[in-house]
Amino acid sequence: MVAQNIGFAIIAAAMVVGALRVVTTTNVVHAALWLVVVLSGAAAQYILLAAEFIAVTQVLVYIGAVMVLFLFGTMLTRSRIGTDSGLNNSYAKLGIPVAMVLFAAMSLALADSFGTEELPTDSSLINTQQISDQIFGPYLLPFWALSFVLLAAVIGAIVLARKD
Amino acid sequence: MLVNQFLFLSALLFCIGVYGVIARKNAVLVLMSIELILNAVNLNFVAFALRNGSADGHTFALYIIAIAAAEVGVGLGLVLLIFRNRRTISLDDLSEMKG
Repeated sequence: MVAQNIGFAIIAAAMVVGALRVVTTTNVVHAALWLVVVLSGAAAQYILLAAEFIAVTQVLVYIGAVMVLFLFGTMLTRSRIGTDSGLNNSYAKLGIPVAMVLFAAMSLALADSFGTEELPTDSSLINTQQISDQIFGPYLLPFWALSFVLLAAVIGAIVLARKD
Repeated sequence: MLVNQFLFLSALLFCIGVYGVIARKNAVLVLMSIELILNAVNLNFVAFALRNGSADGHTFALYIIAIAAAEVGVGLGLVLLIFRNRRTISLDDLSEMKG
């Protein structure tokens, strides 16, 4: 248990630092690379939560595909590759109190609802077979809809980005 | 491990993402902040799946990952189109709807 908590603390600290750098850095490429830190930290947390299939999917889809898309987007829109001071709004300071109030409200609700409740340690773990039974059983219709959304998104992205 | 340590981490990531959406002007960086928010939600789903011993949370997390990939694809397509027509992706310059 102690080892898990130490692992959680290290990964969580890396994720928070990475997330803060994503929203404060002045270099778009650095923001994309810090986002990789956050996403791989999330994958590690999924492993801690015994969700190895989600963790692998996270690595494949987010770190593999989405990050390449982001770097392509950065380069194709010729955002300045080096430092760029014009990345923030004029009212960027307004975001700090909004985020703080939101976090305060969420923490109050969470501390109130879950307190010091422990995660179960001996319960039967969820394996990939159960997930596939869910997807191809009760959640088949959303899965179907999702495949149409992905198809439409792929075609739409090609149509939008095509040079004609 | 407490349930709350994951939920607090997720809440913190969510708030950082909200700050990013408010503060950033560059469209690509706003999309990155939205990714932060979606990841926070996913962390919540997986934590609750372990707490309740049910695979529903994992299923939802997988669906969210797929929707996020579609969203980034279409979003970056739109950003490219805006850049091609305007030579800028600063969201402050897209103010025709303001009246």
